[in-house]
Amino acid sequence: MILAIHPDLLAEIHAYGQDAYPEEGAGLLLGRAGDANRRVEAILPLANSREPGARASRYLITARDMLAAEQEAARRGLDILGVFHSHPDHPDRPSDYDRQWALPWFSYIITRVDGGRAVSSRSWRLADDRTQFHPEKLNLSA
Amino acid sequence: MPLLRIPTPLRPYAGGVGEIPVPAGTVAAALDEMVKQHPSLQTHLFDEQGSLRAFVNLFLNEEDVRYLQGVDTELGEHDQLIIIPSIAGGSIQ
Repeated sequence: MILAIHPDLLAEIHAYGQDAYPEEGAGLLLGRAGDANRRVEAILPLANSREPGARASRYLITARDMLAAEQEAARRGLDILGVFHSHPDHPDRPSDYDRQWALPWFSYIITRVDGGRAVSSRSWRLADDRTQFHPEKLNLSA
Repeated sequence: MPLLRIPTPLRPYAGGVGEIPVPAGTVAAALDEMVKQHPSLQTHLFDEQGSLRAFVNLFLNEEDVRYLQGVDTELGEHDQLIIIPSIAGGSIQ
């Protein structure tokens, strides 16, 4: 499994995670679902709708925001391919909580933000049986 | 017949289609019918106790069925029932 993304888009994801620090920041990865090689064509940053006291270690994109995001993606001729979110002062690997809430097929880019600086990102996909995430190679290409 | 719309990440588990016609009179019956047609959706929509997973939201003609009669909400011939996931997670176990 490979997810291609332009370095500028990954830089935007890092900047969003840094701006959200010390809270988690999240949004959606847009591209074309039918393409054989999965590629992020655009990102859609969205509000973290968890209550303020929880946002340092939790994020939520509401169903209403997802409905609007689907319509926005369709307007651009794109599909939602996955989700990006930041882990402030935590590793760029999924937690068990991430797994419980995850959807199959989606790519999940997680960015580690240490002390306000984005230091690394990795991509993951949920296994069909929902028991674990598998790493997905992040291919930085123009 | 009511239509059930399936979000992109669940379409591979529904034969690749985005909409399924469901001969059903309620939301609960529509979900049963969907899983009967596509059993591999069960794991992703329902937990081990058979309850809908927390991220599953059902909208009937853009109205959240929680604010109608929940899974007992009746469906009309031309209704569209949409599965919309809410997306959540976080760094701590």
